[in-house]
Amino acid sequence: MVSDKNTIEVEKIVIKFAGDSGDGMQLTGTQFSDTSSLFGNDIATFPDYPSEIRAPQGTISGVSGFQVHIGKSGIYSPGDIADVLVAMNPAALKANLNSLRKSGIIITDIDSFDKKGLEKAEYITNPLEDGSLEDYKIIEAPVTSLTKKCIIDLNLGLDNKSILRCKNMFTLGMVYCMFNRSLEQSENFITTKFKKKPELVTANLAALHAGHNYAYTIELLASAYTVLPADNKAGLYRNITGNQAVAWGVMAASERSGREIFLGSYPITPATDIMHELVKHKWFGAKVFQAEDEIAGICSSIGASFAGNLAITTTSGPGLALKGEAIGLAIMAELPLVIVNVQRGGPSTGLPTKTEQSDLMQALYGRNGDSPAIVIAAGSPSDCFDFAYIACKLALEHMTPVILLTDGYLGNGAEAWAIKKTKDLPSITPCLVNKNVKDWEPYLRNPDTLARYWATPGMPGYEHRIGGLEKQEVSGKVSHNAENHEKMTLMRAAKIERVKKFIPLQKVKGKEYDDLLIVGWGGTYGTVFGAVTDLQAEGYNIAFCQFNYINPLPENTAEIFSKYKRIMVCELNMGQFANHLRATIPQFTYMQHNKIQGQPFTIDELKNKFIKTLAE
Amino acid sequence: MIKEDCSTTCALSRKDFVSDQQVKWCPGCGDYAILSAVQNTLPSLGKKKEDIVFISGIGCSSRFPYYMDTYGFHTIHGRAAAIASGVKMANPNLSVWEVTGDGDSLAIGGNHFIHLIRRNIDLNILLFNNKIYGLTKGQFSPTSDQGFVTKSSPHGTIEEPFLPGELALGAKGNFYARVPDTNPKFMTEVFTRAAIHRGTSLVEILQNCVIFNDDIHEAITSKETKEDAQLILEHGKPMIFGKEKNKGIRLNGLKLEVVTIGENGVTEEDLLIHNAHDEDPTLQLMLIRMSLPEFPVALGVIREVSTSVYEDVLIDQIKTAKEKTKYKSLDDFFNSGDTWQVK
Repeated sequence: MVSDKNTIEVEKIVIKFAGDSGDGMQLTGTQFSDTSSLFGNDIATFPDYPSEIRAPQGTISGVSGFQVHIGKSGIYSPGDIADVLVAMNPAALKANLNSLRKSGIIITDIDSFDKKGLEKAEYITNPLEDGSLEDYKIIEAPVTSLTKKCIIDLNLGLDNKSILRCKNMFTLGMVYCMFNRSLEQSENFITTKFKKKPELVTANLAALHAGHNYAYTIELLASAYTVLPADNKAGLYRNITGNQAVAWGVMAASERSGREIFLGSYPITPATDIMHELVKHKWFGAKVFQAEDEIAGICSSIGASFAGNLAITTTSGPGLALKGEAIGLAIMAELPLVIVNVQRGGPSTGLPTKTEQSDLMQALYGRNGDSPAIVIAAGSPSDCFDFAYIACKLALEHMTPVILLTDGYLGNGAEAWAIKKTKDLPSITPCLVNKNVKDWEPYLRNPDTLARYWATPGMPGYEHRIGGLEKQEVSGKVSHNAENHEKMTLMRAAKIERVKKFIPLQKVKGKEYDDLLIVGWGGTYGTVFGAVTDLQAEGYNIAFCQFNYINPLPENTAEIFSKYKRIMVCELNMGQFANHLRATIPQFTYMQHNKIQGQPFTIDELKNKFIKTLAE
Repeated sequence: MIKEDCSTTCALSRKDFVSDQQVKWCPGCGDYAILSAVQNTLPSLGKKKEDIVFISGIGCSSRFPYYMDTYGFHTIHGRAAAIASGVKMANPNLSVWEVTGDGDSLAIGGNHFIHLIRRNIDLNILLFNNKIYGLTKGQFSPTSDQGFVTKSSPHGTIEEPFLPGELALGAKGNFYARVPDTNPKFMTEVFTRAAIHRGTSLVEILQNCVIFNDDIHEAITSKETKEDAQLILEHGKPMIFGKEKNKGIRLNGLKLEVVTIGENGVTEEDLLIHNAHDEDPTLQLMLIRMSLPEFPVALGVIREVSTSVYEDVLIDQIKTAKEKTKYKSLDDFFNSGDTWQVK
């Protein structure tokens, strides 16, 4: 530890780890954030990696990054501008320099700045020597050579490739020293991860310690930073990613509803980790089915729903497009189903590993016929737990498909989660038929929710047939009657509209009447909240409305909008939510602020935009 | 309204499976005979009515569930296999039947068809093969013969047709049978075998579309020619057919040939004995490929091999995981691992 050093206390700090996609930067970043949260920091993370598994080594297209935001409190986003950039090679430096604040710290592996490395990164002159980095504090560490040396000395018989793989642990050791962190968590991690290969345990531990000692001994780090533990509310915490949180939210809903989980899914970036997570929990009874395609993913889930399971399917944009017809079937058959869409840049294959609020219109309208479904969106990684739970609750109680929108930024991002107790979650009462329901027929409805009563195979006396053809009201028999079709179309719409009565009222952060209301939805929550909070503290007349319930919108939405002079909708697309508001609440004028770069908003850019707008 | 019946307490009969819906296939359609044969099959299976589910896709055949007084789901085009898979995995106690056609399963749903068979989920597929699209009024299907003239192929089709059995065995199928819609008793026998078999059972029914492709199977099914045109296979029995019961199938080198008992010194001993249980599908594929006029068409259960069933293994994995887990509850799991307390 560096307690004897001149230690600087800071409120929050953003560190970006960047290197070649084979350099293990995701692991390094995760280790650092795990250690920091065990230390008690509030954290938020964001991985930014290329869609190629191994792009050409040393090139800009192969750079993989992992950003960690740690702080004493109030960490709502992974941060926009980094204070510290760890660049394992010239390409990583080039790709990330514009996201490092001026006067920030750059830690580089000087060994990688050779002719070949500079050429691959398309540097004409060496940036470490040509003066172009004079605004920054540069730490030139011989990471490659020192890692090699410390491991070769141990005579473990490892080949060169395996030795070089330990470079990331050397760097991690340096950063731990810089931020005054204990090595213990990572030591345990290494020991467990390489349990079967003791020589790798020794090598990685050696690199970790060597990096730590190197940073400490030669005091290249002018001062160590301390980010004090967060002032979070009392309770037990753990780190959670958005994708993990979705899986756990579904498990909690299964526990509370008494329905077994069935997940039918097809691998697609960035949603696959939900399937990876859920399939670990066979002990909990989760049935996970990797289908032959996206369509079979959702269709197997519809079958499981018909048979009485809590049925889920997970996907991302292009997959949602393929599932459209089947969602229509679930709407017509009025079966409970949760569709989780971890959004990514579109259209078509688009930007698989980059985030975008790309699919709002698709979620709302991407089907034939008038086919409304519930659409909700999570706002942060830990929020994914709550909204996955709510998605299941709404599906089971209202007998309808529910589309839950998250995005790559939330799915892969991590933050601290105050662990919930399942008994404290709201109850879930699936709309199952029971003997108190008199004169049951397949489309007899619960008068409160308008949901039909669910009767599942195996229940004697309730044998019935449903399907995708239009239904006669109540009896559920096939009907081509003109008036009935209109009646049923209106009924399906009314059933979704009725959900308004069962969701919370919209809240506002800020004063009731003010100059500017900022509207956001889903995964931009952290950055928009951060920007508005800062400006409010600076005395600006600004308020913020974060929407998680998209369809139907909360009942008091129009009432809130009426209290503000101007409304600006911020989203990572061309204006899909703004258009949704124009269609559903047309009496207001909606300004827009949009970004379509596959990257989240930054707090600074939002603040600048809002200040400019307030001045207009 | 809940019907007062004795479905769980007394023996069921055919009429217990007849729904109150008016059957709306064209007069003379082969589907009527198939429906009746299925309704005749179910009472003997010992399954409760509420534990039987019929799932269909889209097409004339896919209206089938409406006419069965069981649980049923008329779904979307091509996807019945995937939906039925979900039903069975969700509740393995159910007897799940997929009713489909040559367009539904071999064109738009081809992907689901082969993967269902490969996985060997315990479902029964009734594939109504009439070599035409009926519901869309007369286009060629993936089983239509090459050169076939239809509304969408006025100059004759260009494509090679699928043989459903060949496709199924190529997809690692373990149960394949073929029956004509003209023989109710035979259908009932084969459907029963399909239901009893554990794993995916595919029954291809040579079905007649009276409107758009009438008599397409006539050469196989007509009263005058059927005895010479059909080889009815029974496991363990020699492959004998013909009006005089004197023709048979013999293996000559790597080829099948038709021989006549008593001619050229051929005796019954020379004929092939049908082995539906042979794991090696080589001979079964040769039987599936036999076609008129050189050969009779092979009917009955051509392949019936027992192997592990998907949902059995799935349930077993879950059972083992439950036994071995260190977590006492979901809350216990949430609270395990790297956590920290904020005071």
